[in-house]
Formats: sequence, C-alpha cells, structure tokens
Amino acid sequence: MDFANAFSSDNLLFILDGFYMTLKVAFISIVLSFILGSVVGAVRYMKLPVLSPALGLIVEVLRNLPLLLIIFFARFALPDIGIQLGPMNATIVALTLFEGAMISEIVRSGLNSIDKGQIEAARSSGLGYLQTLWHIVLPQGLRRMVPPLVSQFISLLKDTSLAVVISLPELMNQSKIVSAQNQNYVIPVLLLAAVLYFAVNYALSLVARRLEARIV
Amino acid sequence: MPDFSILTEYFDVYLEGFLNTIYASVLALLGSFALGTVLAVFRISSVKPLQWLGTVYVEFIRNIPLLLVVYLFYLSLPTIGITLNGFVSGTIGLTVYTAAFIAEAIRAGILSVSKGQSEAALSSGLTYVQTMRYVVLPQAIKIVIPPLSNQFINLVKNSSVLSVIAGLDLMYFGDRVASKTYATFDTYIFIAVFYLALTLPLSYAALRLERRLAKQG
Repeated sequence: MDFANAFSSDNLLFILDGFYMTLKVAFISIVLSFILGSVVGAVRYMKLPVLSPALGLIVEVLRNLPLLLIIFFARFALPDIGIQLGPMNATIVALTLFEGAMISEIVRSGLNSIDKGQIEAARSSGLGYLQTLWHIVLPQGLRRMVPPLVSQFISLLKDTSLAVVISLPELMNQSKIVSAQNQNYVIPVLLLAAVLYFAVNYALSLVARRLEARIV
Repeated sequence: MPDFSILTEYFDVYLEGFLNTIYASVLALLGSFALGTVLAVFRISSVKPLQWLGTVYVEFIRNIPLLLVVYLFYLSLPTIGITLNGFVSGTIGLTVYTAAFIAEAIRAGILSVSKGQSEAALSSGLTYVQTMRYVVLPQAIKIVIPPLSNQFINLVKNSSVLSVIAGLDLMYFGDRVASKTYATFDTYIFIAVFYLALTLPLSYAALRLERRLAKQG
C-alpha cells in the first residue's frame, strides 16, 4: 500500500472530478425521478381507467429489473431504435426511470395511508376531488413519505456507481482508473472512494433520521 | 418484434447465466442471513465492543455502493496475494453487503416484541429458551419475513453486478450474446425476460406473504 503516491495531487484531483460528476448526476436524477415518481404515484392513486393500470404494469416491470440492465439498455440498446445517448444522459435516463418507479410506489403508499374517512369528510363539506387531494391528502401524505424518500435518494447516489459499466467518468470509474496505475494504489484509492460515498450518504441518513424524529 | 432465433440459438448460454444468478443469490442469501443474525445479536447485546462493531459494520456498509464492496474483494485481495474469481468474489461481496440490511431487519424484528412480554413469560415460569421459542421469536419472525423476502428480490437484481467482474451471471452471458449477435436491443429484452421470470413471482409471493402475516396480526 502506497498512500503517499496514490494520493498525489494529480490523482486526487482526478478522483475529486469523478466525485463531482457523481454528485451532479445524482442531483439531476433525484430531481427528475422525484417529479416522475410523484406524477406516476398520484395517477396510480387516482385509479384512472386505462392510464393507472398501464403505468402500474410499467412500474412493476422496471422495479423488478436490475438497474444495471436498464443502464446498459439506455446506452447500448436504444441506438437500435434510433435514440443515441451519451454516458451521462444514458445514466440519467436509466436512474430516472428506475428510481422514479421506486419513488412512485413510495408516493402511492403515502397517499393511500391517509384515512378514507378524511376524504369523505372533505368531500361532504363541499371540497372538490382535486381540492381534497391538494389540501387534505397531499400535505399529510408528504410528511409520511419523507423518510422512505431520503433512503431512496441514498440508494440512488450509491447506484450512480453502476455507470462505471458505460464508462461515465464518475467517482467509481475514476477510482478504478487510478487504482489500475499501480497495484499498491488499489486499497488506498478504494478506501478513499468508500469514505467519500460514506460521507455524503451518512450525512443524508442523519438528515432522514432527524426528519423522522420530528414527523412521527 | 424481437428476433426469437437469438433466444433459441443461445438458449444454453442464457440458461447457464440464469442458473448462476440463482446460485449466487441463494448462496448470498444464506451467507448474509447467518452473518446478519450475528450482527443483529451484536447490536442488541450488552457488551459494548460488540455493539460498536455491529454498528460500525452496518452503518459503513449500508452507505457505500455494492459495486465498491465487490471491488474491495475483487481488486484489493489480489494485491495482498489472494486471488478469487469473479463469481466467488462477487458472491462474497453480495453477502457482505446484504448482511448489513438483513441485520437491521432482524434487529428491528426482535426489538418490536415488547420487553413486558418476555418479562411476563419469564415470571410465569418459562425458561429463557422457552420464552424466546414460544413468545419472542414467533412474533419477531412476522416482522422480519417481509423485509427478508424483499432482500432476496434485491439480491437477485443486485447479483447483476457480477457481470462487471466477469462473474458468469445472467447479465454477463446476456451481454456476451449481445456482442456476438450485434442485436443488442433484442438480446437485452430477453435478458430482462429472464430476470422478470425470477423477480416477478418472488415479488408476488412476498406481497402475499406480507398480507397474510399482517392479517394474522
């Protein structure tokens, strides 16, 4: 193990570049998958004819596939039907679809957890269906969704490492490249990557725990 | 319409990967169940160093990517003279990673049974083992089974990381078919169907089991 040379300034900068890419891709995918998941979850909750069951089927398929396959698919199979995506866009698309499916289930069960009596009460006191959703169901449902959402975001951040298979220059990929220079670099570099991932995720999970304590 | 001749021509290749995926998932489930139980017991024990060890393990592993855990075994061990093939180091990585999640599920299950119950059982004359066997564990298992079955589904999906280190799993062989036939789209669809053939029935069974256990109260 050669910590001094493994962590030369060039190597460190190279790895930190990857860390920045990881954070960037994770942030964009968190925002997009949250939007997608909320819309899909709400539509499934409303039990619209045709649309809700169709989305339900897509969600079930996506949730039951390995994310790695979806990433490969976005990068290497979509060109067969005329959609060319670079490594970063392919990763974002794959993460958004997969985590969006996961998030839609969190949103749906959050909305479902609101007592039907409350909805009936709101409706009979004169609120419309959408008003009831917006003023009664959503504020309470959202509060219950926060803890599982944060753990899903942690999963998403960890899952960005899978983009190594399509050579996205993120933390895992850059660490692997540096560690391939010299076999004495492998353990120090992998440990550094572990510490970086751990730091972000642990911070997120502390936030989740505080939110959980405040809400419940 | 996908080209089914790929499926018939390379069926043996797909099948070998499919079976290896099942094999790796089952091995990792058994291993992580054993390791997870030990870790859960460590975390609820009154011995401080064991508590500390269990907590550090679970918190550290849960917050780093599975792929990194797998690389730690696949890339680091050779530098200290231990070389494992992709399948073995991948399965060990899966076991080590999943154990952290299973430990949390088991710990939550045991803690969910209120202390008053075991105290009542003990004071009504049951021994410690009887209390565990007849009072605590039957209730704890109901809490533990749903997250455990979900972990198994996750294991099947997560085992696809074996393909990154030539672990001979379904994703690995499927990808080889893709590079041979150049029909990437169709080949990947078939890989997806093989995965779904495993995970959809498992998800359905897990959901039913969860509902049945919830109904029993």
